[in-house]
Amino acid sequence: MKLELRGISKAFGSFYANKNIDLTVDDAQIHCLLGENGAGKSTLMNVLYGLYQPTEGQILLDGKPVEFSGPGDAMAAGIGMVHQHFMLIPVFTVAENIALGAEATKAGGVLDLAVTRKKIREISDRYNFDVDPDALVEDLPVGVQQRVEIIKALVRDARVLILDEPTAVLTPQETDELLEIMRQLKANGTSIVFISHKLREVRAVSDVITVIRRGQVIDSVSPESSTTELANLMVGRAVELNLYKEAAAPGQATLQVRDLSVVNAAGTTTLDAVSFDIHQGEILAVAGVQGNGQTELTEAILGTQPVTAGSVKLEGTELVGKSVKQVLRSGVGFVPEDRSVHGLVTQFTIEENLVLDLYDRAPFGKGISMNLGAVKKNATQQIADFDIRTDNQLNPASSLSGGNQQKVVMARELSRDLKLFIASQPTRGVDVGSIEFLHRRIVAERDKGTPVMIVSTELDEVMELADRIAVLYKGRINGIVPGDTSREVLGLMMAGASAEEAFAQAEYAKSDNEPVEAKPVPVEHQEGEAQ
Amino acid sequence: MTTTLQPAITILPSKKTPIILSVIAVIVFLFFGIMGNSDVAHFKLDSAGDAFALPELAFPGKVSNIIIGVILLAVAAYSWMLRSKAQQLATWIIGVASGLFVLSFLIWVVSGANITTISLSSLLAGAVVLAVPLVFGSLSGVLCERSGVVNIAIEGQLLGGAFTAALVSSMTKNAFFGLIAAGIAGALVSLVLALFSIKYVVNQIIVGVVLNVLVSGITGFLFTTVMQEDPELYNSPVHLPVIAIPGLSAIPVIGPILFRQSVIGYLMYIAVFVVWFGLFKTKWGLRVRAVGEHPKAADTLGIKVNRTRFWNVTLGGIVAGIGGSFFTLVAIDSFTKEISGGRGFIALAAVIFGRWNPIGAFLAALLFGFADNLQVILTIIGTPVPSQFMAMMPYLVTIFAVAGLVGRSRGPASVGEPYVKE
Amino acid sequence: MTKQKSESDLFRQITQGPGLVSVLGVFVALLIGGLLIAATDSKVAETAGYLFARPSDFFSAVWAAGTDSYIALFNGAIYNSSQGFKPFLETLTVATPLICAGLGVALSFRAGLFNIGAQGQIIIGAVMAGYVGFAWHLPVGLHLLLVVIFGLIGGALWGGLVGLLKAKTGAHEVILTIMFNYVALYLIDYLMNTEAFRRPGETNPISPILDASAVFPSLPGSNLHLGFVMAILLTLAVAWILKRSTIGFEFRAVGHNPEAAKTAGVNVARTTILVMALAGALAGAAGVAQVAGTEKVLTNGIAGSLGFDAITVALLGRSTPWGTFFAGLLFGAFQAGAVNMQIATGTPIDIVLVVQSLIVLFIAAPPLVKTIFGLNPKKKRAATSEPVKAGAK
Repeated sequence: MKLELRGISKAFGSFYANKNIDLTVDDAQIHCLLGENGAGKSTLMNVLYGLYQPTEGQILLDGKPVEFSGPGDAMAAGIGMVHQHFMLIPVFTVAENIALGAEATKAGGVLDLAVTRKKIREISDRYNFDVDPDALVEDLPVGVQQRVEIIKALVRDARVLILDEPTAVLTPQETDELLEIMRQLKANGTSIVFISHKLREVRAVSDVITVIRRGQVIDSVSPESSTTELANLMVGRAVELNLYKEAAAPGQATLQVRDLSVVNAAGTTTLDAVSFDIHQGEILAVAGVQGNGQTELTEAILGTQPVTAGSVKLEGTELVGKSVKQVLRSGVGFVPEDRSVHGLVTQFTIEENLVLDLYDRAPFGKGISMNLGAVKKNATQQIADFDIRTDNQLNPASSLSGGNQQKVVMARELSRDLKLFIASQPTRGVDVGSIEFLHRRIVAERDKGTPVMIVSTELDEVMELADRIAVLYKGRINGIVPGDTSREVLGLMMAGASAEEAFAQAEYAKSDNEPVEAKPVPVEHQEGEAQ
Repeated sequence: MTTTLQPAITILPSKKTPIILSVIAVIVFLFFGIMGNSDVAHFKLDSAGDAFALPELAFPGKVSNIIIGVILLAVAAYSWMLRSKAQQLATWIIGVASGLFVLSFLIWVVSGANITTISLSSLLAGAVVLAVPLVFGSLSGVLCERSGVVNIAIEGQLLGGAFTAALVSSMTKNAFFGLIAAGIAGALVSLVLALFSIKYVVNQIIVGVVLNVLVSGITGFLFTTVMQEDPELYNSPVHLPVIAIPGLSAIPVIGPILFRQSVIGYLMYIAVFVVWFGLFKTKWGLRVRAVGEHPKAADTLGIKVNRTRFWNVTLGGIVAGIGGSFFTLVAIDSFTKEISGGRGFIALAAVIFGRWNPIGAFLAALLFGFADNLQVILTIIGTPVPSQFMAMMPYLVTIFAVAGLVGRSRGPASVGEPYVKE
Repeated sequence: MTKQKSESDLFRQITQGPGLVSVLGVFVALLIGGLLIAATDSKVAETAGYLFARPSDFFSAVWAAGTDSYIALFNGAIYNSSQGFKPFLETLTVATPLICAGLGVALSFRAGLFNIGAQGQIIIGAVMAGYVGFAWHLPVGLHLLLVVIFGLIGGALWGGLVGLLKAKTGAHEVILTIMFNYVALYLIDYLMNTEAFRRPGETNPISPILDASAVFPSLPGSNLHLGFVMAILLTLAVAWILKRSTIGFEFRAVGHNPEAAKTAGVNVARTTILVMALAGALAGAAGVAQVAGTEKVLTNGIAGSLGFDAITVALLGRSTPWGTFFAGLLFGAFQAGAVNMQIATGTPIDIVLVVQSLIVLFIAAPPLVKTIFGLNPKKKRAATSEPVKAGAK
């Protein structure tokens, strides 16, 4: 089935998540939507699936305009979607999940799961899915759950299948299997919209790649384009902020992380024997694609994430095994990646949020009594210091813009003497002006001699701040490189190459004496390594 | 790339089952057995109307309990052994062990009592009678909670049903009208619960708690202003007759339980089956459970989440209302204030202890009814065990259940969370 | 410009904020209560017989039935010509345990915990306080002090146990507290039938009268006792805890966002236990007010329906300390006045339960009240509020 989107815009208030998007997916085509987190890919697909109504624009199926008031309409029209967060009921069997909403019944509304089981077996055999219709979904590995989602769409005769970041949760082996399944589906005439920001996969499987940035289509390119080229299109040439930064004057390596490992509740190793040092007066940026262990790394240091093995020593003191409060008290400043979930109590006033982890120590707390005067004074000072835009410090933090909320978190964490400063995604969802301001503050903290760790999925940010860069891939650090390492090398490392391989490959590209952006980098060497 | 595919860590089954079995075995062996009374406990099996007589069962207290204790110790040892091999005890063995424990307890109290004979038949029949409102109440809880709405208002539904049944049955001189009216009254309570918790997204627990007070107030008010003004006219409900099925009802022990019931009693057995079948075997049930587990997933498949919840809550109200009518149409002569006496909360406990399964809830309600009746009988035969501790049993069992000490109770994943579309 | 904005905000707050909705909610609840009274009034029924012949008789009978009851309620709760403001003292007396227990419930609500367990906590508090009061014989001053302390400890243990179970096993506090209520109920029933608690020579479950040194001194000529001062002090204390103490900061942080609290170093498990223990202590104080103030003996029914009333009080007071205080006074007035109402007009006390629960329902659902009064500015609000919500997504 041929799918066309014409001039689709989706606005939330004055903010356009999608603006004037044109997209054509041909019959039996794998069409990739490539873009960073927050670029507007998922919003677009939710519009296509009937979960959102477009503000403007038109959807055409095989040339005929259609309108969807809900997912039911989209399904009926032959569109299926595998959501990033699976829409499966864990305590149901595979057959029950697949039957739901389109149940085969006997007389009196009695379920006839035999019919569903038969359909599952048919599809399962056709694509070698190896799915047991009577297994409980919660007992299945993530990769198999995803197949259940695909079967769910196929049972409903989906001719266009949307896969929203399908590989984000998969192991490399499972990813390869999924890519194979996609090729088979295509061979059987199903059109696929494949949403991803992982370059290797995109290039491996797509027929056409459409790059989306800030809600707009940037370009449609062929999968022969180089990884570098795709990365540049995806990230865009960011506005040069010309952050002036003196060369680092690293002192002693006061933070020593050794063989830190985290195994999550499902039994998956999310952080695998990570080791690194951070010196005083140095910024170490942890780069990598979202979901490669960044969250686990920072939370393991803070103590909110149970550590399976390893050690974190700060100025010789072991942090692993200490309570969060003890870790904070030992001089760690912590900016979590999601400020509204972990960084702020949004219902609290700005004043209160500015002392959220300081409330029980001088001058704000003495015994169980709090000094509200000190809290107020602190707020006035921090608001002035960090230029937090608000007309009243007693307003709830939820009244602030994203940038100002982030300033509150940052101001609080930087308002005491630190022995280590950790900031995750310090400028996510923050306006350009505030980004510059926050970056200056981070560098200033470094210049005071504090070891700083920045975790960011934004390559621009990493390159701007870092004195050294560690790249996390699948829970491992696959290399620590100097802060002035090129975008190309970093991109390759984020896709799984080791530092040596990435440098070698980038050199190869340069040796042709052509501008890197225009020249496709040969990537045949690279694919094997990522496996 | 071998980093992420680590083998899952082998997790040994919880120690809880072996520990609890061991504790029970030791209590039976030492406390009920070695230190128990050596008098003989007599259990009568037959009752007055039976077709044929059965022999009386007699257990010498001390000896019987030492034997049961040894069996339980063996079971406990077996469960430890299984655990070391990462296996779990079969459910039926746990069931048998629990049954043995109850038997041992009965032998212990009866052999130590002033009168050492009790009628097992009437103990069980009485338990079923006491369990009827509990079963209906817990079915209401199951229906609501399976669709994702917490129902703390079971007590109010039972009370409303009891009141309305008494009033309508008295005024129409027709018990069946009373029964129907009770269902409507329960549904009305549910409608308020649904309106506030689904439409106005008020916290479901708050609405439930407040509804209980509201129904208690309204029925109490009308009891004084209407019923007591003219009890003859308004509070002399015509009762539902007990229908004994000829022949079958004369079978000792099971006859009175299964075949000598009021319409509501028979309805109970039907309702348990219908709700169970409906929830687990039909399209309707699949959708209801989906809405209670993962409303968003159900929504993406075109299922109307809030509509499903609304109807389920209403249906639950009807069921609990009918259960409430048992008080005034079968069990008790006329309506009195607070006639439900907190049984709605025991029903809630049965929902949890029965793991949100109609049959589980039914069995839990029977167990609680049994404890309730045992308490009455033990008071009569004069045992040293204070009746209050027997009465506490349902609540203590529920505390253990929710704290994960007895099995694991996992409710519908989205229960209590309103579903608001983005 | 800022000033203009705040003025319009103020206007919006008055017309749409909780203040007006609360007043209107109380009004509607009273109105429904009045209609219920009228519906069961014999005079109304009589006049309804010739409604179409003389409708004015019917409507004046309805009006009279409703207003008579509420006037009697007022006379019994606040002021009447023969006793002056003496009934108000009775209101304060009745309000005392409501306020204490309401504060406990409110405190736990603020920490995000649905504590339905005030009933059980009051019982255990009253049992411990009562026992110290009648079984121990101690000097004036010390005795009352110990009565109060043991009452608080009793409630704190019963509440803290729930907190402990919740923190350690993840069991839901609603189920736990309901079950603990019943366990407490049977526990006091058992205790009242033991030698240690039952009054010598009595077969009924009633304890000896508390020593004179163990009870709150009362205002001469009334039932009002020093427990009311305790309620005021506890209100102040809870206000201080919530606003000015580090533990209150932790409670509120956990209540709004446990994840952020955890990241900020708050020990969520410890906070849960502490909140439930403090809430229990406050409910225990209500038990003390009952046993050492109003009743002066311990009985099975010492807690009455206080535990459940406390929930409605806390809800009406929107879980703020002073809101709870005044909600306690209002419900205290209802309950004190209801006694007089029943004597004077024959309207049963139960009407108070109806009005109380309706008030809470209406206040919990402001959109409903706004719909009833046509205050729903749907068209205007939709344009401004929706994008904010969507943008946050």
